[in-house]
Amino acid sequence: MTSSNQTLSPEQTLLSVKDLTMMYGSRIGCQNISFDLRPGEVLGIVGESGSGKSTLLNCISAQLKPTFGSVSYHTRHDGSQDLFADMSEPERRFLMRTDWAFVHQNPRDGLRMGVSAGANIGERLMAVGWRHYGNIRDTATDWLGKVEISTERLDDLPSTFSGGMQQRLQIARNLVTAPRLVFMDEPTGGLDVSVQAKLLDLLRGLVQNLGLSVVIVTHDLAVARLLSHRLMVMKNGHVVESGLTDQVLDDPQDPYTQLLVSSILQS
Amino acid sequence: MSKMINVENVAKHFTLHNQASMTIPVFEGISFFLNQGECVALTGESGSGKSTFMRMLYANYICNKGSIHIRHNDELVDIVKADPHQILDVRKRTLGYVSQFLRVIPRVPTIEIVAEPLIALGQDKEQAITKAQDILARLRIPERLWSLSPLTFSGGEQQRVNIARGFIADYPILLLDEPTASLDAVNRQTVLDLIEQAKERGCAILGIFHDQEAREAVCSRTFDVTQFQSV
Repeated sequence: MTSSNQTLSPEQTLLSVKDLTMMYGSRIGCQNISFDLRPGEVLGIVGESGSGKSTLLNCISAQLKPTFGSVSYHTRHDGSQDLFADMSEPERRFLMRTDWAFVHQNPRDGLRMGVSAGANIGERLMAVGWRHYGNIRDTATDWLGKVEISTERLDDLPSTFSGGMQQRLQIARNLVTAPRLVFMDEPTGGLDVSVQAKLLDLLRGLVQNLGLSVVIVTHDLAVARLLSHRLMVMKNGHVVESGLTDQVLDDPQDPYTQLLVSSILQS
Repeated sequence: MSKMINVENVAKHFTLHNQASMTIPVFEGISFFLNQGECVALTGESGSGKSTFMRMLYANYICNKGSIHIRHNDELVDIVKADPHQILDVRKRTLGYVSQFLRVIPRVPTIEIVAEPLIALGQDKEQAITKAQDILARLRIPERLWSLSPLTFSGGEQQRVNIARGFIADYPILLLDEPTASLDAVNRQTVLDLIEQAKERGCAILGIFHDQEAREAVCSRTFDVTQFQSV
């Protein structure tokens, strides 16, 4: 597969977030958040429940319109575009079906449970204009293999799959259209540790081989360490610390990050 | 001879916000340089901050004062001020680090872990794997283990996997944190040979060696961090 980031050099910015604030009435979802993401870069967002991680992820993936601030994405054809100021709803939806992917914590939110595994993968291909049934089926079979699901299960419903298999199917469904940017919300949450390890290995391989840019929200610091280049630590809707992943985890400066890092159980 | 690392007036302390905001001073006023082709031993008693200093050079620990310049692509980069992208690039192309710990994703085969630095540099995957096989064989990791994750290996084997990963890419600078610590005599000699070879090709090496014999065999001078300890 060829790199999907042909138009951008590694030093350019794929996604740029500036002063983003999301208010729920008078309550703060997240406030004054700015960062840039480059092609091939993995950004981890960590913090406890209610710290605003998911709100931020929903805003930058255009599922939630922020109260203030901007999110700009470097589109393939028109250069950098503000998601909310420059693009229409249909344009944003098109982006979500093609250039972007969203991996939900609960695979049931990202899969269509009423159709077969193959149809789940094929649907995204059809959304970008694939029509040849044989090609779609071959590609779906190929992707089942990539995420280590037996190809005999192509015609089975996802509801007959285990949780770990459903999560891998969701990843296949999302990555089949060769997106450039993937948003992940706790992709390894709720899975037992052996399945987690398998998924981590899979994600790492896909990120490296496809040159994906990823924003990954997790409360698992070990997952963040193994997958992300840079880390943002959130608390009460604010970013309290950010930087190189190993620097933030090994020499945390902020009181909250220190608490988070020192609270990990040793196994 | 060109300076590969130049440290000026560096200070480090840790502030423990959740333990009564206690400040632990480590050291102050360190200046140090490392030339191309030389191997310097970092010395000082246990707890004097040798590993901390090494981690600061790798930008794993934040530096509170001073500058740390690393020669990277023929330019001097101050990694105290560099952004994360620059630091990652310095680590990818210039600065290798063999730590005492092996941190890897479970399930990934040893051979891939060792080949990874070369693949990251854009080398052909097959060539990288061949080179990984050579260095693993040289470090006497049995071939039947190459396809397994090193997480189940013994301490000495994990140590050698770390060393293989550190030496595979011919970095211009290497930081070695006790590279011979848990090795038997034969493997220890292999590591010392690897260090000698790296020096010959011009690699600048800073190492922590508890083993005095090893230190004397490969190092041309020592640098004691104790003298800079803050009181």
